Amino acid sequence: MNLHNTIAQSLIRSTGEVFSTMLGCELSGAEVTVEGTAAGSASGPNDGVVSFIGIAGSWAGTGSLSCSPAVACRVCTAMLMTEATSVDEDVLDAVAELTNMIIGSVKTDLENELGPLGLSIPTVVFGRNFKTRSAATAEWIHVRFLWDGDPLLIKMCLAPSEKPHAVHHGGNPTCQVEV
Amino acid sequence: MDSDVLVVDDSAAIRKILTRVLRQTGMAIQTIHEAGDGQEALAVMAQHRVDLVLSDINMPKMDGLQLLASLKASPQWKNIPVVMITTEGGETKVAEAVKLGAAGYVRKPFTADQIKEKLVGILEPAVTL
Repeated sequence: MNLHNTIAQSLIRSTGEVFSTMLGCELSGAEVTVEGTAAGSASGPNDGVVSFIGIAGSWAGTGSLSCSPAVACRVCTAMLMTEATSVDEDVLDAVAELTNMIIGSVKTDLENELGPLGLSIPTVVFGRNFKTRSAATAEWIHVRFLWDGDPLLIKMCLAPSEKPHAVHHGGNPTCQVEV
Repeated sequence: MDSDVLVVDDSAAIRKILTRVLRQTGMAIQTIHEAGDGQEALAVMAQHRVDLVLSDINMPKMDGLQLLASLKASPQWKNIPVVMITTEGGETKVAEAVKLGAAGYVRKPFTADQIKEKLVGILEPAVTL
């Protein structure tokens, strides 16, 4: 199995497990695509909530979750068991933690093949009509899920580090993402 | 005597979830303190009695392993059990936490039963009259 397949299968498994365990719900869909090879390729424009986590080690990259404000509020409501009707600090924190759990679980899977990896602290963006741009040259593996018909995108890019370095926990991501 | 617990995680969402789960475990818990990182945790512990620490690993300022090492190096706090609750599921991190003296380890995502299982033997069950 190549690395793209390994990452895609791990994203599907971990996302399903986190939604099932922490939110008590099931996702459908899980459509996998591979996108963007040119350095600096931009996504979007986006509306809604996007969460990023940097991955560092002998391989480096970024994991990301994107969803609408309504889905972000549903995540918060299901996770904290308190009604969220607009995107506030609790909602952004819940989305960040969801991303942390999903990408953290994928990271653990990948360490079996790639060696020790580190995760950054998540960054969450909420807004309208914004673009994200990655300086990384690696392809992005996209997995599109449906949650009761609402779309949710989980994606990851990962490539060998040009300058392998020690893994730090809680440090800055090595894969720059401009917003 | 009911126990006082400190929950350490940079995610307010996880702190809320753990607080809710702890209240549902049926253990004799009096107060649940919260801290957003290791430094805050040490500040809380300097002010309050704490009988158990539940800590994330990947946090800003002072991470969970640094917090664990600080507690185990302290004559005052070295006997307080510390359970790590984290996305860091790799064997290396587990081994590091155990080596530093962690009383247990729960991987995120977690269920209420998994948390309760780790607390059996550390906290007393609540007395029901």
